[in-house]
Amino acid sequence: MKGLRLIATGGALPGRTVTNEELSRTVDTSDEWITTRTGIRTRHYCTEGENAATLAIAAAKQALQRSGLAPADIACCVCATLSAPDATPSVACQVQAALALPENRPALDVNAACSGFLYGTAVARGLLATLGGRYALVIGTEALSRLMDPADRSTCVLFGDGAGAAVFELTDTSVPFAITLGARGDAAIHAGGPSRAGSAPISMDGRAVFRFAVDALPKCLHTVLDETGLTLDGLDWVVCHQANSRIIDHCVKALHADGAKFYKNMDRHGNTSAASIPVALNELAESGQLHPGQTLACIGFGGGLTWGGMIVEYKG
Amino acid sequence: MTFEEMKKIVVDTLSCDEDKVTMEASLTEDLEADSLDAVELNMALEEACGVSIPDEELANLKTVGDIFNYINAHV
Repeated sequence: MKGLRLIATGGALPGRTVTNEELSRTVDTSDEWITTRTGIRTRHYCTEGENAATLAIAAAKQALQRSGLAPADIACCVCATLSAPDATPSVACQVQAALALPENRPALDVNAACSGFLYGTAVARGLLATLGGRYALVIGTEALSRLMDPADRSTCVLFGDGAGAAVFELTDTSVPFAITLGARGDAAIHAGGPSRAGSAPISMDGRAVFRFAVDALPKCLHTVLDETGLTLDGLDWVVCHQANSRIIDHCVKALHADGAKFYKNMDRHGNTSAASIPVALNELAESGQLHPGQTLACIGFGGGLTWGGMIVEYKG
Repeated sequence: MTFEEMKKIVVDTLSCDEDKVTMEASLTEDLEADSLDAVELNMALEEACGVSIPDEELANLKTVGDIFNYINAHV
C-alpha cells in the first residue's frame, strides 16, 4: 500500500495560560496533587475571541507555509475535533476558506476524540487514494475548556485547548507506513453535544479509562510495528496521546522501553484530545529534535472508546 | 501467593519503602496510593496470580492485608 510521509507541521496555542496554582484557587486541589497524579503543570484556555476553528486555521496556515506548497497542492483537508464551535460550517471548511484551498477538494471534520488525529490521517490517506492528489492537510484542534465543568476538580485540571496541523505526502511503498484503528462503543468518557450544552460537561471513569489506555497503547504499537516489520528500537520517537504521564510511564515500564523516546508535553498543555499528537509533532519539529528521515510511531486512545496507531517517516 | 511475593509487587508498583508494606498498612494513608495506583497494583497482581479484583470491590479493600486476604481467597 502506498503510504504517507510527514513533510511539515504547524501549531497554535490559545492566549490564556492556566497554572495548577490558579485552579487551586477555584476548586479544592493543589499544584502538588495535580502534578504527582497527572504530570500536568499548566494548560492553555481559549480567550473570548478564540475557538477550535481559529486555532485550527492558525496551525494549518503555519504547516502549509512551512511545507513550501501552494494551497492548490492540497488535495484534501481533514480536521479532527470534538469541540468545533459550529455544527456547520465544519472546522475543515473554515480552514478551506481561510487558507483559500481549492474548492473542488473535500474538507470535513472527523470526531474520534483523542484518537482523532490518527483517524483523520487515515481518512486523508483514503481520500487521496479515492480522489487522487499528492498532499493532505490534517489538523487536530480542541477547545475543551468550553466543554468542562470548571467546578469538577476530577476533570477540570486535566484538559486544555490547542491545535496542531500536519501536511502529509503520498509516497511509494519503500517508505515505512502503517495505520491501525479501532473502536468499542462505551461511555467511560462522555461529553454532551450541543443539545446538552452546560448540562453534560466532560465526565470520565478514571479507573476504567486507565485500564483501557494501558491495554490499547502497547497493542496499537505492536500492530503497526508488526505491519511495517520494524522494532521499537528502530523507532526514533513514540508520540502518544498526552492524557496523563502515568499512562505512558506504565507502558514504558511494561514494554521495557527507552522512556526518552516517548515524548511528553502534558506538563505544559494538559490533555488536548485530538490536538495532542499534532501539537507534540510540531514541538518536536520546531525544537529540532525531530530530524529528516526519522521514523515515528503515533498512538492515540480515548473517547468513543477509540484507539489508533501509526508509523510514519518525517521527510522535513 | 505468599506475603513476601505480594510485598515485592507492592513495592515495585507503588515505589514505596519496603518497611512500610505490612498487613496493617493503609493503601491511601501509609502508602500514599491513589485510585490509579490501586488500578496498577490490581493489574500487577492479576498478572502474577491471575486474580482480578473488580473495581467496586477494590474500593472496599483498605489495607495491604485486605488485598492479600482477598487474593488468597480467590486464587
